[in-house]
Amino acid sequence: MTVTDTAPAPEVKPVPRLVEQFEHGLDAPICLTWELTYACNLACVHCLSSSGKRDPRELSTEQCKDIIDELQRMQVFYVNIGGGEPTVRPDFWELVDYATAHQVGVKFSTNGVRITPEVATKLAASDYVDVQISLDGATAEVNDAVRGKGSFAMAVRALENLADAGFSDAKISVVVTRHNVDQLDEFAALAARYGATLRITRLRPSGRGADVWDELHPTQEQQVQLYDWLVARGDRVLTGDSFFHLSGLGAPGALAGLNLCGAGRVVCLIDPVGDVYACPFAIHDRFLAGNILSDGGFDNVWKNAPLFRELREPQSAGACGSCGHYDSCRGGCMAAKFFTGLPLDGPDPECVEGWGVPALEQERVKPKPSGDHSRGTKQGPVALTLLTKPPARLCNESPV
Amino acid sequence: MAFNPEVSWRLHHQVAVRPEPFGALLYHFGTRKLSFLKNRTIVDVINALNDHPDVRSACRAAGVQDAEQGPYLHALGVLAESKMLVTGENS
Repeated sequence: MTVTDTAPAPEVKPVPRLVEQFEHGLDAPICLTWELTYACNLACVHCLSSSGKRDPRELSTEQCKDIIDELQRMQVFYVNIGGGEPTVRPDFWELVDYATAHQVGVKFSTNGVRITPEVATKLAASDYVDVQISLDGATAEVNDAVRGKGSFAMAVRALENLADAGFSDAKISVVVTRHNVDQLDEFAALAARYGATLRITRLRPSGRGADVWDELHPTQEQQVQLYDWLVARGDRVLTGDSFFHLSGLGAPGALAGLNLCGAGRVVCLIDPVGDVYACPFAIHDRFLAGNILSDGGFDNVWKNAPLFRELREPQSAGACGSCGHYDSCRGGCMAAKFFTGLPLDGPDPECVEGWGVPALEQERVKPKPSGDHSRGTKQGPVALTLLTKPPARLCNESPV
Repeated sequence: MAFNPEVSWRLHHQVAVRPEPFGALLYHFGTRKLSFLKNRTIVDVINALNDHPDVRSACRAAGVQDAEQGPYLHALGVLAESKMLVTGENS
């Protein structure tokens, strides 16, 4: 989302600050992420949704269209569609067309696998579709270490196809890691080459990201480097308000955006089976608000889910209450704390005051993932020993 | 281009307005930009634009007299810069 905090309208009658109103939640989300499928041709090490295999309970085309109808009624202006790799759904383009025909704009994230010259031409003809190509290194070496062999070439080919077709202002979406934080200028140059806009977001320890976060997240020094880059160069870079945990590093307002955790207040996530979570980085039972199919529709879940009502209450500052930065960072990212095993009412693991470092060194229990759609394990496929002749009795072959 | 309140301005046809307790959200499907209208009077002004030949009379219709129009004209000017509002034959 590109938020232009414009229209600084006069304060005719005193109203609470916009951010305070957002903290109490709106009648409909401002933006919503919809993971259409857990199926993916890649297996990125930091995948937020632990994607790989399709969930057999995946919503049908008709069920997806019903949700789009509901989003139109709620005036949700647009959805960020992701996955998995959303374009591998056979009905993907049908759903995109249906959404845009119903005043629900679409921005979709893709690794580029299906962005052929033909598809790029079709996309260039629509005013209502925005494309975001994921890339986690400005070079194949850095990118492919995270996203898999050949994924850099695939993404660049997609960008070329879009540019050749006259699609303007595609987004290049980068998750900032220890290994690519020095490439920010190169990413910006890459975006400029394809007439695209750079979007950078924070590495979250969610999904498979929990397994690699310790090694991949930017060091304390790099956080400062990132902040300085954003303040100096960030006016043409999108961040999705991703780095609000860094806002305490400088003057209030130096970092563009609302600097607010919008989970369950102004954003949420719909997963491929219709489960609604508080935010895209919180796919876990702890942050599951309800299911669209079994809990009376999206509108009902958004407005009445106990979890969302709880998130819209004033939150405790806890251990951060006495910190001078609390007003700017608000304790940081709930999901980052939860998945690193830190208390929710304490400092963010990447706290700018450095409180996250001792907290991470203490004994902590990372939550067990509540869903994993990975195709294999990090160690590679598990070799199974199969019997060469039929078992004597049915139960002689261990089911595990 | 300077914002001229003596002529007619309209919401761009690709802009949607969602009423909110604090005012409204504006979304431009073409530029994919979101803006906030931070009070209800400015929403009333924008809703009045369609029925008035110029911005100043739309302001008056929303209860904002000429002497108080400065901040509203500024806000509308910002919206015009981001192409949320268009003038004359551009709409």
